[in-house]
Amino acid sequence: MTSRKSIHFKLDKLKSNLAEIDGLEVSIGKIMGEEWEEPFGPTPCPSLATLREWDLKLLKRYKPFYLPYCDVCCLCTMGKCDLTAGKRGACGLDICTQQSRIVLLACCIGAATHIGHARHLVEHLIEKYGRDSPIDIGKSVGVDIQAPVTRLVYGEKPETLGDLEEVLDYVENQVTQLLASTATGQEGDKIDFESKVFHAGMIDQVGMEVADMAQISAYGFPKADPEAPLVEIGMGVIDTKKPVILVIGHNVPPSVEIIDYMGEAGLSDSVEVAGICCTSIDATRYNPRAKIVGPISWQLRFIRSGIADVIVVDEQCIRTDVLIEAKRTMTPVIATAEKNCLGLTNRTRDPADEIVADLVEGRALGALIFDPEKVGEVAVRTAMLLAPKRMKFKVIPEAKEIVEGAGKCAQCRFTPCMRACPNNLPIREAMEQAAQGDLEGLSNLYEACIGCGRCESACTNELPIHSYIIGASEKRIREERFKIRAGRGAIQDVEIRRVGGPIVLGEIPGVIALVGCANYPKGGNEVAEIAGEFAKRRYIVTTSGCSAMSIGMYRDEDGRNLYEVYPGGFDAGGIVNVGSCVSNPHIAGAAIKIASIFAKRKLRGNYEEIADYIHNRVGAVGIAWGAITQKAASIASGFWRLGVPVIVGPHGSKYRRMLLGRKDRKEDWYVYDARTGDKVFVGPCPEHLFYAAETKEEAMVMAAKLCMRPNDTPKGRMIKLAHYIDLHKRFYKVMPDDLHLLVRTEADLPITMKDEVMKILAKKGWKGNVIPDPTLLPRLVHVKEGKRDEQ
Amino acid sequence: MSNEPWQMGEIAGPKKALIITKPSVVVGMVKKAKRALMVVGHEISKYDLGEESAIDYMIRIAETFKIPIVATAHTVSEFVKRSCYPIWWMSALDIANRLQDPEWEGLDGKGQYDLALFIGIPYYMEWTILSGLKHSAPNLKTISLDRYYQPHATWSFPNIKIDEWFTHMKEILGQIVEK
Repeated sequence: MTSRKSIHFKLDKLKSNLAEIDGLEVSIGKIMGEEWEEPFGPTPCPSLATLREWDLKLLKRYKPFYLPYCDVCCLCTMGKCDLTAGKRGACGLDICTQQSRIVLLACCIGAATHIGHARHLVEHLIEKYGRDSPIDIGKSVGVDIQAPVTRLVYGEKPETLGDLEEVLDYVENQVTQLLASTATGQEGDKIDFESKVFHAGMIDQVGMEVADMAQISAYGFPKADPEAPLVEIGMGVIDTKKPVILVIGHNVPPSVEIIDYMGEAGLSDSVEVAGICCTSIDATRYNPRAKIVGPISWQLRFIRSGIADVIVVDEQCIRTDVLIEAKRTMTPVIATAEKNCLGLTNRTRDPADEIVADLVEGRALGALIFDPEKVGEVAVRTAMLLAPKRMKFKVIPEAKEIVEGAGKCAQCRFTPCMRACPNNLPIREAMEQAAQGDLEGLSNLYEACIGCGRCESACTNELPIHSYIIGASEKRIREERFKIRAGRGAIQDVEIRRVGGPIVLGEIPGVIALVGCANYPKGGNEVAEIAGEFAKRRYIVTTSGCSAMSIGMYRDEDGRNLYEVYPGGFDAGGIVNVGSCVSNPHIAGAAIKIASIFAKRKLRGNYEEIADYIHNRVGAVGIAWGAITQKAASIASGFWRLGVPVIVGPHGSKYRRMLLGRKDRKEDWYVYDARTGDKVFVGPCPEHLFYAAETKEEAMVMAAKLCMRPNDTPKGRMIKLAHYIDLHKRFYKVMPDDLHLLVRTEADLPITMKDEVMKILAKKGWKGNVIPDPTLLPRLVHVKEGKRDEQ
Repeated sequence: MSNEPWQMGEIAGPKKALIITKPSVVVGMVKKAKRALMVVGHEISKYDLGEESAIDYMIRIAETFKIPIVATAHTVSEFVKRSCYPIWWMSALDIANRLQDPEWEGLDGKGQYDLALFIGIPYYMEWTILSGLKHSAPNLKTISLDRYYQPHATWSFPNIKIDEWFTHMKEILGQIVEK
């Protein structure tokens, strides 16, 4: 390999106005491969089509099923083009290809968002800590394989913050190329678009890994610590007697500087720092005294509560009307990111005193400050001075006002409020009840309300319906006092050594990764119920972001918090919070490290082989029950390319296409036996790659099934089948109808269910199969060349 | 407004569902179909009205039409409690994916269907599924039996109240029996 970013020149003599220099030699960048003994695999720094063959193998088995969200294309001036049912647009594109193009656009947005975040973070940390600041995400606890995703894709192991810049150069280039392929008159094949979607997801995983490695290393976040501290979460944990600074977003430097300023000014006990979305998770990783309000959907309710005296937004998942909402409670907003300026005046170069005075006196609604240190000072001083004036001024009405307001409800015949609600909540009935003085109906909406506020926009009488729901739920909001384990970061190598075998052999029945946002169909408790169910069954449950919060904001039937019940180690029965959105690659990284540490597979630029290993051996499933954003789409697509299935909630069907296997097509479920080169039927394992479930019950049954892998030993398959059958019988009240496709030998059968299952198998004419050393890649067959050539 | 998409942002494209103004349309469509099936999602339980169970209606309609029922998600658990009528179960996406495959052999191995009746899947999910079928299953006609207008079906009821919906179901049953 040659250097991508190496400039090297030598001047025997340089004569300028400033100086005369002899023998000047300058090197910028470095030569790849200098510092790592492991040889390069076949695909370091893959470009758009490098891994296309692998993608096509997956996409042949998991064919896209398109669910068009829009029948037209309006991306160029030849349109709008009607693409209904086989029609082609002016550029020649059909509806399916258009959907795959939109999916790619979404994943490019998602990947660019994480990569842009990573770039900003790395630049800031280099400025603060220096280019040579080491990457250390847990060396002291034996994390020798740092950056598994970067090693696998990029082919290098970054050692310093400066090394990360070069990785980002590569991923930024790839996103640009991917985006270019969506232009009018470029890619014209839906499957090739899908391959590029996978590429975007893989690139996104690298970008996220860079971001989290940088912040863990520089800020000293928990380093692969299974006993990361339990921190407080919920609106009820905020001390409202103190000035409160609310941070919203994903990019943590402003929050860090707020916490540091408070420490330096001796104000750590005098001011509350609380956050919403991933920036709050990362703030608690930096300082466990920071508090988490809740997931993305808690924004409107918390801002309107007036508890925050200052709001600081960085980037991503921030309500774009934050300034309008904050104005109503007289809360100033400090924007801190170039990507999200909110129309505010840039005050970066102004003295802090002037900015604070303007905010406190109400001369400005907010300020745009790009310098995180100045943000820290301004936010804290403003909160201190403003809190006594604001007196927590809120716009959440009291019960009496709600009853009066509800009395003005027009009870519209066609219920625009309900029809605007993503979850179709019975708002009109609740308002009718409230008008009679009974607020229970409104309070009952709280759990399933995703906090979007669309009901208010739709209301013909402009009633603040969301505020009514919050006001009616005041008691339960006060009781929102929970714990969440702070994000631990990476998985230790020693943990992988301990569980790698049991996972690959199937004795630990699977890894369930609960990730993503909070667009839940019936509230966040469902995520916690799923987590608790699988942890109890001794799967390894991993989590991040808003899902990690939802797991924390729950008590089981015994009143216990799941993080207090289940340990944080990557082991059977653990609930492992890796951290924020950009921590997701630690979950992918764990699967990758299983291939490396347990199976001794080479990582460096060896994507296809590792993905083949994971797909056939590592029983991991992602569940993004409330996925909302383009980022969630690109995170999922990063898992697809590794062959890891992802389940989304019913709202996830709006991602416009699924990747579905067909268990009734026997021909789709053959692999090579690497020992013999024979093609062997392995059943639909895993059956789908991207799948929207209608209910949590369906998701749990499917997740148990999707953990099965061709490599499972009989003992492992027996355990997995037992869970699948048990969940199926519990929720569906019938036996599964596909056991004949999942049982390979009689030894696979759960002992207590053997007779019952054998009768079913006999009716289906079941015949046993061998258990192969599975691979989809003929080149990995360990037979003599002659036989391999025949394939 | 009764024939606009129930969820306000779900604006349909140029081809929209025809409105079922009379239950006889449903009866006629099913009788005309060579092979029909009914897909029932978990929100069927939201249709219950006092003593009247929507699932019971679906079972009676399917039995009378002699068409198979596919229960999606965990809905099968409700059916097996109530009836001996044979129920297939499959996820909403799995059945939709099969319905758009011209080579699918059907639940009974006798071939693809030309009519599918949908009810009880969450509105927005049914919307996307019906959209997928509208575009990818040209030989399939779809009827939404839900009480909300589903623009991507071939035929759909308008937005109606629950008691109106039960009246329609009774009429459908009555007309099948009469004929």
